[in-house]
Amino acid sequence: MRLRAAGGAARRALGAGLPPLLLVAALLGLWEFYVDSGSDSSFVLPAPHSIAAAMWNNAGLLAANLGPTAEEVGLGIALALLLGFVLAVLIHLSPTLRRAVYPLAVGSQAVPIAVIAPLLVFWWGFGMFPKLVVIVVICFFPVLVTTVDGLAAVDPDQLKLLRTLDASRWQAFRFAELPTALPAALSGARIALAVAVIGAYIAESQTATSGVHAGLGHEINADLTALQTPRAYAAAVVLFGFAIACFHALGLAERRLAPWSARGRGAAR
Amino acid sequence: MATDLKARPAQSLPAVATGGGVHLENVSRTYGEHGGSRVRALEGVYLHSGPGELLAVVGPSGCGKSTLLELICGLQRPDGGSIACAPAALMPQHDLLLPWLSAVDNAALALRIARLPRQQARRRAAALFEQLGLEGFENARPPELSGGMRQRVAFLRTLLSGKPVLCLDEPFGALDAITRGEMQAWLSQTLAREPRTVVLVTHDVEEAILLADRVAILSPRPGRVMEELEVSESRPRARTDASVIALRERALAVLSLGPAPGRGAA
Repeated sequence: MRLRAAGGAARRALGAGLPPLLLVAALLGLWEFYVDSGSDSSFVLPAPHSIAAAMWNNAGLLAANLGPTAEEVGLGIALALLLGFVLAVLIHLSPTLRRAVYPLAVGSQAVPIAVIAPLLVFWWGFGMFPKLVVIVVICFFPVLVTTVDGLAAVDPDQLKLLRTLDASRWQAFRFAELPTALPAALSGARIALAVAVIGAYIAESQTATSGVHAGLGHEINADLTALQTPRAYAAAVVLFGFAIACFHALGLAERRLAPWSARGRGAAR
Repeated sequence: MATDLKARPAQSLPAVATGGGVHLENVSRTYGEHGGSRVRALEGVYLHSGPGELLAVVGPSGCGKSTLLELICGLQRPDGGSIACAPAALMPQHDLLLPWLSAVDNAALALRIARLPRQQARRRAAALFEQLGLEGFENARPPELSGGMRQRVAFLRTLLSGKPVLCLDEPFGALDAITRGEMQAWLSQTLAREPRTVVLVTHDVEEAILLADRVAILSPRPGRVMEELEVSESRPRARTDASVIALRERALAVLSLGPAPGRGAA
């Protein structure tokens, strides 16, 4: 029975993977055809086959640059989830903190981070920290908003029931509010993850780095300046694949963490 | 007016003070005052239930039956009158099983809240699963259980709170007729094994008479006790017993000839 379920899951995974693969193949075909018909210079728009070649020839370089970017995204998203979640819980528990913190959190999203980012280097140097700050500022907000709403969506009857069982404030949080909010918080995490890659690109573009391999975002900018357009596209493709992989990893985590949610259940079936 | 409020279930009273019984004296409860429209849910309610007794409360919908249970459980405070009762646990109208917990974890919820370690709480709850006809469903999540099973898990959760008084709010209202009959028999057997003081709210007169030692009939809003019927017929009772039929007709007569006919639906 377990085997059959696994076989079914594999078949479904294949079925789910087929439409996007076909779409990507069709788009790549159109792209290749358009470039091969000799419209633009390859500096402006390289053909898919030359991007593929650039990926193959620069595999070592791209891998070396994926390392720092993955580290920034991983650490940045972890910090953003923590910050967003902790702030959401504080806002949920205390109306005073809600009034104090929420406007600042909203305001933080209006800060033109790409303009501020170069200044962060003056404060914190060429290391990873200013880049993490950029990613965290961009990514904590979706987690904060979805978690605050998720916590507020708790069924008041469940809280009432817990009160008749003499639950403490913490136990009401632990048994009702936290599980209610978890699926929403994980949705916020997905949004955060998708923008974290943009955050990493902005961070690498706007904050100088002293190392040799400064990340894929930095590589893209350097290649564009050097008219190595196919390699810039190759780096972008790696970034693209990395974002999709992270998104799916989070989907798997959601299935484990919140199997009762509609999405978690649907995915597990 | 005496307001000897024992409103918080957390304050466990000495057993001698109430003896596990439920005592309501002249209790009133009024809701809201939005634009001068007050809703008087209960007015001048007297109810007494001795330890180990099963008191059924019947009445038209909207007569304040659920309010009555919340008062007994200390979730609300009366505006007037006094309530003295032993700590009470509520089994709400909808089972309110937590969807993120398995059946056994839901049943063990009160034990976990009492800070029993998780495995120990589970073992104690699982030990009762067989008695309740739930064996094999320990790890099922609530959506995988039938309506009758969910009610049994919710009842087990209430029972395991260890409180001497159980407040059951329309426990079988959402079930089909056949399952309801089975569940009524099951509740009688379970209470014979695990005696508690029970306040059972229902709109089903027959259910009240089949299960209860006494039946209190509430008037339409504002609810007050119009009549109390003793049910002396020995258990198990059948709906075809002459005394059950007689009591049912009596109760229905009281309900339809209440002090304010036509004001029942709310």
